[in-house]
Amino acid sequence: MLDVLYFIVPITIASAAPLIFTAIGGVFSERSGVINIGLEGLMVMGAFIGILFNLFFAESLGAWTPWIALLVAMLVSALFATLHAVASISFRADQVVSGVAINMLGLAIALFSVKMIFGKGQTDFIQEKIPRFNIPYLQDIPIIGPMFFKLVYGSSIIAIAVAFIAWFVIYKTPFGLRLRSVGEHPMAADTMGIKVTKIRYIAVIISGGLAGIGGAVYSQTITNDFGHATINGQGFMALAAMIFGKWHPLGAMGAALFFGFAQALAISSSSIKILADIPAVYFHIFPYVLTILALAGFLGKSSAPKSLGNPYIKGNR
Amino acid sequence: MNIMSNKMINILVPVISIILGLLVGAVVMLISDYNPVTGYIALWNGIFGDSYVIGETIRQISPYILAGLAVAFAFRTGLFNIGVEGQLIVGWFAAAYVGMAFELPKIIHLPLALLAAAVAGALWGLIPGILKATLKVHEVIVTIMMNYIALHVVNALIKTISGGGFKTDRIHETASLRSEFLSNLTDYSTLHYGIFVALAMVVVMWFILEKTKSGYELKSVGFNENASQYAGMNVNKNIILAMVISGAFAGLGGAMEALGTFGNMSSMGGFTGIGFDGIAVALLGANTPLGVIFGATLFGSLKYGANNMPNAAGIPVEIVSIIIALVIFFVACGYIIRVGLIRLRNKKEAK
Repeated sequence: MLDVLYFIVPITIASAAPLIFTAIGGVFSERSGVINIGLEGLMVMGAFIGILFNLFFAESLGAWTPWIALLVAMLVSALFATLHAVASISFRADQVVSGVAINMLGLAIALFSVKMIFGKGQTDFIQEKIPRFNIPYLQDIPIIGPMFFKLVYGSSIIAIAVAFIAWFVIYKTPFGLRLRSVGEHPMAADTMGIKVTKIRYIAVIISGGLAGIGGAVYSQTITNDFGHATINGQGFMALAAMIFGKWHPLGAMGAALFFGFAQALAISSSSIKILADIPAVYFHIFPYVLTILALAGFLGKSSAPKSLGNPYIKGNR
Repeated sequence: MNIMSNKMINILVPVISIILGLLVGAVVMLISDYNPVTGYIALWNGIFGDSYVIGETIRQISPYILAGLAVAFAFRTGLFNIGVEGQLIVGWFAAAYVGMAFELPKIIHLPLALLAAAVAGALWGLIPGILKATLKVHEVIVTIMMNYIALHVVNALIKTISGGGFKTDRIHETASLRSEFLSNLTDYSTLHYGIFVALAMVVVMWFILEKTKSGYELKSVGFNENASQYAGMNVNKNIILAMVISGAFAGLGGAMEALGTFGNMSSMGGFTGIGFDGIAVALLGANTPLGVIFGATLFGSLKYGANNMPNAAGIPVEIVSIIIALVIFFVACGYIIRVGLIRLRNKKEAK
């Protein structure tokens, strides 16, 4: 049994890290009242830019490459998310439709560029991957040490840190209070002098940046190249984690870890004795079924921000 | 004199969106060091070049019409069905299964296979419909999740019925939509009778919405739920009905692929994209049956025509996906185009 856990826990954490980044991006956007179905497309963009930058700069930047690639992916996806912000905040577009467009556009631009640059459907493999660390002291704890703290991807550590930082920002700072008030009752926030449009723009751009990091982490830890199926539903799974986590950063992190666990089981169930008889498909559909159940209220009430999806039009009541 | 009536503006918004999409597409080609003129000529030839490609283009349009109808029908009742993709996948599988598993005379087999696809899609739409009607769960998220459930479940089913393989056996000739006549007419393309099924469904949608009592109720719920409730309509029943009918259209879209184009189903690494393009089709067609034909013709043609671009102009096919996504984006931003047009009109009127 312990062997199984030694095997599954590291895979769980590795598959959860990209979901954590992206789901927390989703929390920022939706807490401000802007639906972001475009997480998938933003992740695709991040995954692509991460690999592209890594391939082109690995020689000059050496071991720093994957980290700088994360930053570049963050910037590009944040810029890409601005499109969604302009459409859904300033132009009052249907936010779901705009998100669908972002998803299609992200994948199309990435694949178009891959074919243009590499002349084939996928990129080469990267050489400089995100490194794994042993965490000093903690790794020496019996049983859980080797399980959680040996050979952890650096990005996983950052992901968990980001979840706590996001919690602090959203719940303990004036900006967070503004963010939440804009998503709940934009008119009341406006009367108090909060700039609704500005806060929403910032939130959507942050969500783009985090989804970009999420994508780049995925491509630089799990696939190590980029092709049409690199990001295949991770963005939507992150959206699911956000909902399952009740629009709370730590809840989203917990849900992402849980979904990572489901993915790890799906990958490795055939090699685990007690699970070998259960078809992998059950593990594959598990996160999605769970999200539907959560939404249906079977797993405790989860309520979205009140003004989610409504453009704010000054002077309208 | 009124230069631009409101109706005119309603038609102009999608037209301007298409033009903007094509223009930005041209800019993308320019930046990427491709020649947009040769690109668009290759696209044009890929759509209308000879009778073979015309046949293939029409073949591509049929599932697009059905996916567009599915999205549009739900929209009319105020529901956003992003789950067309999943409903299409289960419909594809159901049709492929009925097509290969039974041996029946054509007059029973083909309608049965089509019916199976419609029922499978309808069931996949029923779940979000019930959840929306009874528990007020937002249909967008549920349908997205149902897409992935469909993908994984169908892949597992294909594996099971093919004994560990990656595709189902071919359907029997008696369930096929393939047509020798249409194929010969278009220089041996894979054009099949599906286009007539799709067009018939356009009429069905028009008939339901415009000529029946439930259609009136469905539209009424879409306009204003509370008013409909007050007028004595059963809003919950109508929400479920709308999702079921929408799912049935989507399922039939899957049948086009199962019984016409491919004749089987292979396990899938990702989505077909037809369901998502259906959103574009419906949006562009303003959710009307006739508009859907227009939208499906445009996007289906672009999608098939794009296949000619790599060979004839050296441009990756994805350029067309970029253009389609941009068109959706611009249609979604219709508000700002509308504002621009109205300003333009007022300025002209002032003169």
